[in-house]
Amino acid sequence: MTALLQAINLSRRFGGVQAVSELTFTVNQGEILGLIGPNGAGKSTVFNLLNGVIAPDTGQIIFDGKDITGLPPYTVARHGIARAHQIMQPLLGLSVLENCMVGACFGRENMNLADAREAAREVAQSVGLGDRINALAGSLTTAGKKRLEMARALSAHPKLLLLDEVLAGLNPTEIEHMIETIRGIRKGGITILMIEHVMRAIMSLSDRIVVINLGKRLAEGTPREIAENPEVITAYLGDSKLLATAEEGAP
Amino acid sequence: MIGILASVVDGVLVGAVYGLAAMGLTLIWGVMNVINLSHGAIIVLGMFVVYFLTGATGVSAYVGIPVVVVVGFVAGIIIYWMSVNRVIGRPILMSLLATFSLNMIIIGLATAAWTTSPYNVPVSLPGITVQNYTFTGTHIMAAIIAGAIAGILYLFLHYTRPGKAIRAVASNRDAAELNGIPTRQVLAMAFGLGVALACVSGALIATLFPFTVLSGGAYQLKSFVVTVLGGLGNPAGALLGGIALGMVEGLATPFTPVSWTPIIEFGLFVLTLIAFPRGIFAFTKA
Amino acid sequence: MPSSISQDVAKAGTFKPQRSFADEIYRHVREPFPWLIVIFTAVVGLAPVVMDDVSLRESLLLAAVYVTLASNLNLMIGYAEYVNFGNIVFFGLGGYIGVYLATSWHVNLVLSVLAGGVCVSALAYLFGRGILGLRGAFFALATIGVNEAIHAFVTNFEPWGGATGIYLSMDAYEPLGGPMSGLWFCYYLLVLVMGLSLLLSYAIKTSKFGLGILAIGQNEDAAAVLGVPTPRYKAIIYAISGFLPAVAGGLYFFKSGIIEPNGAFDLTTSIEAIVMIMLGGAGTITGPVIGAFLYEELRGFLLFSETFSHLQLVLAGALLLIIVLFVPGGLLGWLRARLPWLRKWLQ
Ligand SMILES: Nc1ncnc2c1ncn2[C@@H]1O[C@H](COP(=O)(O)OP(=O)(O)OP(=O)(O)O)[C@@H](O)[C@H]1O
Ligand SMILES: [Mg+2]
Repeated sequence: MTALLQAINLSRRFGGVQAVSELTFTVNQGEILGLIGPNGAGKSTVFNLLNGVIAPDTGQIIFDGKDITGLPPYTVARHGIARAHQIMQPLLGLSVLENCMVGACFGRENMNLADAREAAREVAQSVGLGDRINALAGSLTTAGKKRLEMARALSAHPKLLLLDEVLAGLNPTEIEHMIETIRGIRKGGITILMIEHVMRAIMSLSDRIVVINLGKRLAEGTPREIAENPEVITAYLGDSKLLATAEEGAP
Repeated sequence: MIGILASVVDGVLVGAVYGLAAMGLTLIWGVMNVINLSHGAIIVLGMFVVYFLTGATGVSAYVGIPVVVVVGFVAGIIIYWMSVNRVIGRPILMSLLATFSLNMIIIGLATAAWTTSPYNVPVSLPGITVQNYTFTGTHIMAAIIAGAIAGILYLFLHYTRPGKAIRAVASNRDAAELNGIPTRQVLAMAFGLGVALACVSGALIATLFPFTVLSGGAYQLKSFVVTVLGGLGNPAGALLGGIALGMVEGLATPFTPVSWTPIIEFGLFVLTLIAFPRGIFAFTKA
Repeated sequence: MPSSISQDVAKAGTFKPQRSFADEIYRHVREPFPWLIVIFTAVVGLAPVVMDDVSLRESLLLAAVYVTLASNLNLMIGYAEYVNFGNIVFFGLGGYIGVYLATSWHVNLVLSVLAGGVCVSALAYLFGRGILGLRGAFFALATIGVNEAIHAFVTNFEPWGGATGIYLSMDAYEPLGGPMSGLWFCYYLLVLVMGLSLLLSYAIKTSKFGLGILAIGQNEDAAAVLGVPTPRYKAIIYAISGFLPAVAGGLYFFKSGIIEPNGAFDLTTSIEAIVMIMLGGAGTITGPVIGAFLYEELRGFLLFSETFSHLQLVLAGALLLIIVLFVPGGLLGWLRARLPWLRKWLQ
């Protein structure tokens, strides 16, 4: 197993809040790694550090053998990291297709416009936005916008996909649909690092899980190990459903 | 040497009035994120109100100040409901254009009514002579009034219910709304206050220098410079920024031709924007 | 059903399409829109000749300048959604450089105005890397500052005549065969610059670069995360938006026979260009053209009408206010929303 991404000793402080603290973890080639933790644990901040939106105070990020610490987000994107945001950021005035084309044009493969159009159409279809391709992004429903976030990231043909709570706010059918989509992406050879609060989903999708709390790493292991870890259970304030959902969802 | 010092002191006095003008701009900007591009036109309005008031009644310009405040406040509220309310929260271009179109309307009407010839408000006040340099009485008086109004504004914003409501709406409009504050009314009031401040500064400027219908543009640009120096939405910073700008002007006057002052001002402005986008005096933010 | 989805996704991840460059060119030539621009430009250029009407030429010349200013400013305001209040600085500075080279150094007029364009774009690029770090209103204010600073500087710059500016003597038009043919020459070139401005707007909108710029306009942070190199792209579009206005400035002031600071760096003209864009529809290609022609008509009407000549500014302001408050998409936005079949023709 080779490491695609290594985060080494990352720390970041915002005023009085130590959002991320000496965090180290590795994402292996081809796996789905889950990143979980209570609200405000610093998960989204970790993503911001990884893709260059925020520079870490200390620490190092190695991606695909290259040091990408402190690079701006657009350079990180070019290296092959794409991201679906927790707070959806569709380009409202552009169509679904154009949104995806931006991802394709400026992502890892640096495609020209015509190639990007084809790639974007393909991806939009595959995540179930095929019939909304010419609709303005602003006219999509919440579920549609979530899919668009994902499609846009995917259009870049990234090596690593960062998914930040893509299931939040979806109904059970939509969740089911999205889980299938995520499995499909992994089958396509894309490594995934995902943040998720929907336990059943993260337990069934992830190969491994990293748990953080107050910016620090609390535990790491397979979904079953995590579900049985007493520290994790305390951090989630004795969320009794955790164990149950883990067992139900485990492959 | 005394000449330079005197020039700087005089700059500080006039700068306090710039600070007052900028306070009107920065209050509106800070509370509703609108840059009021009719600011200059409103300053001119203040000039003409005091001009006609003193002309018609013969009272001193300083006695007319409260009237200018009331007229400015009412005008501000009308302007808010007419053109600003609909653009709150829309892209910045919209509020810039809405207030700019007001600028065109006001300047257009004022030009039609009063032409573009120069006016002045005669005020006679004894100056203060130190060694052989005389500080003009009107400059001293204007600075005192500007300082007093700034103080009153501070007390109003911090110790009265409407003032606190304005600050609450400025810091988080949604939270204020949830707490039962009628945010739109508060925004209208803040806009009225900002306009009233601009009018008063216009009235004070009218006692210092001759003016025309088109004078507002220059003072509006100065207000921008001051606002940027003082930090956005920060009335105390605006006063400091105004004094700083006045000092720079005072310092520059003995050494460079007057025509170079704008280059210095705008150079300072652009550099400050780039280097300190949150303002040099931002640390005093209330 | 779910398994077919996952297979699609798997396929999508590896898809590698092929398209040749010739296909790309063909795609544009096949479109009706660029041809519309060419025809429009030719009509404007030839109308005063065919009608043998010098006053028509003068008003079309002004319109061509307005379209050039509005169309290029639209690259910033409509595409990148950065509000540039000081766009007139390009026109003025380009005008000064062009006129100065053509008169004091006797450089060929076309070369002079091109040099003006290149200098202005280069300056804009360097400057843009500084001030484009500012967002929203801060950027808008900085552009005013830049214009005013350069205005004040030129007013004091003796080689360019300081506050009085540069007057052209009749000799200046000798290389063009005298003042008469010189005026026509400037007219044709200005119309050409107008046409190029429109083609540029079209080319950018249909390019990868343009897609990046539009993305920046929608959400700059999201664009950067998607890989758009935002600082560089912003500086480039800023520089591009200065080139043709600078060239037009050189031609316009050369034709006028005089350039002085207050005329060259007039903020009002800057704002008028914004009014034109808003009137026609920001972010569209045709919008600024329609806006420029409408605005010029309106202004002419107001200037010459008995009742309104004093209230010209008031009416223009009221018009702008109404657009901003009630029709923010401009005429074109309004039409496109109601008549979808028009979209192919009115881009
Ligand atoms: N840009 C920022 N400036 C200041 N503080 C920030 C910033 N970003 C995050 N924080 C703070 O850092 C902490 C971690 O936030 P983060 O968004 O990473 O949490 P999270 O784990 O993603 O939470 P959630 O599950 O709610 O999405 C929070 O206290 C947050 O307020
Ligand atoms: Mg989060």
